[in-house]
Amino acid sequence: MYNEFTKGIFKENPIFIILLGLCPTLAVSTQVVNALGMGAGVIFVLLGSEIFVSLLKDFIPDRIRIPSYIVIIASFVTIVDLVMQAYAPSLSRSLGVFVQLIVVNCIILGRAEAFASKRKLGESLLDALGMGVGFTLGLLLISAIREILGAGTITLFAVGSFDGVIRIPGLSSQPARVLALAPGALLVIGFLKALFNWLEMRKEAREAWAVAAPPLMPAVAAATEGSAAEAAPAPSEGGAS
Amino acid sequence: MSYIGIIITFVFINNFILTQFLGLCPFIGVSRKTDSAVGMGFAVIFVMSMASLATWAVYRLILVPLNIEYLQTISFILIIAALVQLVEMVIMRISPPLYKALGIYLPLITTNCAVLGIALIGVRSNYNALESFVAGIAAGLGFLLAIVVMSTIREQLDREWVPKPFRGVPIAFITAGLMALAFMAFDKALLKSLLG
Repeated sequence: MYNEFTKGIFKENPIFIILLGLCPTLAVSTQVVNALGMGAGVIFVLLGSEIFVSLLKDFIPDRIRIPSYIVIIASFVTIVDLVMQAYAPSLSRSLGVFVQLIVVNCIILGRAEAFASKRKLGESLLDALGMGVGFTLGLLLISAIREILGAGTITLFAVGSFDGVIRIPGLSSQPARVLALAPGALLVIGFLKALFNWLEMRKEAREAWAVAAPPLMPAVAAATEGSAAEAAPAPSEGGAS
Repeated sequence: MSYIGIIITFVFINNFILTQFLGLCPFIGVSRKTDSAVGMGFAVIFVMSMASLATWAVYRLILVPLNIEYLQTISFILIIAALVQLVEMVIMRISPPLYKALGIYLPLITTNCAVLGIALIGVRSNYNALESFVAGIAAGLGFLLAIVVMSTIREQLDREWVPKPFRGVPIAFITAGLMALAFMAFDKALLKSLLG
């Protein structure tokens, strides 16, 4: 059961491993606060629609299941949209049309169809939470890189006298502004995806070594690791240049 | 805004893929070969123009008079899904060669955020019927432009050596990032100087 939760965060992370839901990821990742708002919205919609799909799976005829899922998802998206407009108007403005576009976020329909329509309520609930948290963490990572390097700030919620913006000395006066603009999003995700590919390849190589040459393994693994780490470009530096 | 202004805005300044990130999934998924990229591009133009017109009509003639604008997300996504099915059936009847060229791309378009995106942006910008239609065509043209350029670059990239972790999707994103950098040259100031 626990595995249903953690797989969405690491092994099947929707953003980096299975590349789902990219449009909102790139568009709203200009500020950390946007990532948090978008993540919360997606978690709510994922939870609501996976619970409903899981509960209704025996009543929905197979032929009309996709339209039915879309209606369920769209209802939850409407709830998120209206609640956000009412209670967080500035967040709603900066996310713009992307709140409503959660409805075509492939993660949600994908999980409803591939998981919730076949599994019990408890498992679907954990799956939704795991995928939602994994999506939010991925979004946070991208937006943190873009905002810290692109603007030199970290924008969070304003509380009391704290205006919600953390300025990083040295960076906020001369940021690499391009990272906060449209091209930066594409470059950052490209380099991050390459980093994850490289980590995956390194893991596979190490497992292959372990099978092929068990006695040599510790020394060889240490040697390859050292040289590989030197050879690989640091993703954030490459994005900034 | 004039019609020419709308076209320039959606093709260049607010290019759906390179500045708004709408429709990235097919952009990355179908841009390996130029032939399929062209097919996808035309299918998107077709569906986007139809969808923005249909959603405009439903919004102005049904949702607004009945005061149920909050149903726009649900109604728009259902209209788009139905419209794609309808377009598929009509093309199949009228022109089998066209269906053979576009057919496989049409189902993919339903979950393309660009189509819902243009419908929602049209409503938010208070376009009239013709403006919505033109915006749909222009946004589709912008998609076609981006995906065709991307596919020719990727065909070239297949012949070059790329570091192993970057092969496939990562290099595609970095290429798109560099294209977006070039598209930053198109901004509102350009529109002003062109149209006065």
